[in-house]
Amino acid sequence: MLRWLGRNALRAYTGLALVYLLLPIFIVGLFSFNDPVGKTNYTWVGFTLDHWANLFAIPGLLDSVVISLRIAFISTLIATTLGTLAALALVRYQFRGRPATSLFIFLPLATPEIILGASLLTLFVAIGRPPFFPLNEFTILIAHVTFNISYVIVTVRARLAGFDRRLEEASADLGADGWQTFWRVTFPLILPGIAAAGLLAFSLSIDDFVITNFTAGRTITFPMFVWGSARIGVPPQVNAIGTIFFMVAVSAVAIGSFLQRKRA
Amino acid sequence: MIAYLRRHPGALPLLLLAPAIVWLVAFYVYPAIQMLQASLWSGTLESGFTFSWANAETYSTALGRYSEQFLRSILYAGVSTVVCLALAFPLAYTIAYRAGRYRTLLLFIVIAPFFTSFLLRVLAWKTVLADDGFILGPLKSIGVLPEEFRILATPAAVIFGISYNFFPFMVLPIYVSLEKIDRRLVEAAKDLYAGPIRAFQRITLPLALPGVFAGSLLVFIPAMGDFVNAELLGSVQTRLIGNVIQSRFLVNNDYPTAAALSFMLMAGILAAVFIYARVLGTDELETGIG
Repeated sequence: MLRWLGRNALRAYTGLALVYLLLPIFIVGLFSFNDPVGKTNYTWVGFTLDHWANLFAIPGLLDSVVISLRIAFISTLIATTLGTLAALALVRYQFRGRPATSLFIFLPLATPEIILGASLLTLFVAIGRPPFFPLNEFTILIAHVTFNISYVIVTVRARLAGFDRRLEEASADLGADGWQTFWRVTFPLILPGIAAAGLLAFSLSIDDFVITNFTAGRTITFPMFVWGSARIGVPPQVNAIGTIFFMVAVSAVAIGSFLQRKRA
Repeated sequence: MIAYLRRHPGALPLLLLAPAIVWLVAFYVYPAIQMLQASLWSGTLESGFTFSWANAETYSTALGRYSEQFLRSILYAGVSTVVCLALAFPLAYTIAYRAGRYRTLLLFIVIAPFFTSFLLRVLAWKTVLADDGFILGPLKSIGVLPEEFRILATPAAVIFGISYNFFPFMVLPIYVSLEKIDRRLVEAAKDLYAGPIRAFQRITLPLALPGVFAGSLLVFIPAMGDFVNAELLGSVQTRLIGNVIQSRFLVNNDYPTAAALSFMLMAGILAAVFIYARVLGTDELETGIG
């Protein structure tokens, strides 16, 4: 009896928890089809496809998406490169100060975003001249690389931990030098881990609001656009773009895990 | 360079680490030092700032003036952490032991919110919790709730928003530590005539504690810095220390006060992280992120 109750209570609870997790995502999508009266888009009025048909009818929205994509792309590239190199060093080599280095790399992850953003802002103000001040796209880029490096290191390191070193030894036994072994054996094997880290970095960058808020100046990224329009009413097009981002991210993860399963 | 590395193989890991470390020193450590310095500035953005140790009174002034917001942040972050823990533990337990082939799907749903824009998620809750929204509206019209009842613009809305936003950070570490538990220990407890509740209390719960601690830290820390939930879901009465820091920096250009508040916040959090890392290590924390 107790067991039956326990099992079904857990099941019902899990169902509720899933609704709780997914409800906002659903609402964001649903209200992209809403036909609101006036500027605010908080109550359901009627169904329309207009906002999807005129996705960039709102002034400044397209620009903000382009800026966000550009920053996400470049910051991912830099952070993934620096982070992967560091992760290789941390997994592959024993050296003095390794535990301290690990703790140091973890610190940015344990710092609230508002502090990361605020301290970068003070740095840029103190420098007080271009390209750091006035704040611009370049300063946002620096900020995004900074918080992404640690995420990349932690992700790649976790994937590297299960790596079978005997594959590299086999390669060396077959006469490959260190460089060949790295590019033909090691790199293809750790590539899924690097791709996962890159995907994480990209999605963190494109969605970052708090740190960007402190380092953007007059530059308007997509989240900055949402924040700016939140006071007067977020247009349904913003919901549509949020939904597109969601679909793309989910597809990327699904394709990624499908490819990995196929290889395994 | 390759010849140099052949002669000094020990230099290779340092060389691989150098770019990331240099970046973090330049844009994480140095800005923090800069912020400490800025907290001892006086002056304005227009006239320029001057540094003096005599400005240390900024700290006591700021603390006195904003102690209410500081305490409210600690309270809201604490309550949110407890709410997250209570909501996350049964879910993590189900995923670890009862989900079967749905495990991956459930884990994916736990992180799914991260694929939607953070601000849009907060605004979506504003729609759901609205005074005449589809939850409160019907309850009011059938008379279950009084007409003036509201959730938005109350502390409950802010705590709800914070809990929702950091919920996955609680679920994942608890899931990981539950999953690691050797189930034979539970069977052994049952062989020794422990009932399911007692086995849970004496075996599962203690072994899941590292995940609980890690999750609590991963929720509490970002919650302490929140200003978005307080701004979008709350009111003037729910302003947190994050709101003060944000507006002092970006609206009032009051860098010294804002820097002093940020520095105190950071010092408190880093102290907590260091104590945690010394006692329990950083492994459990990283599983929540990686």
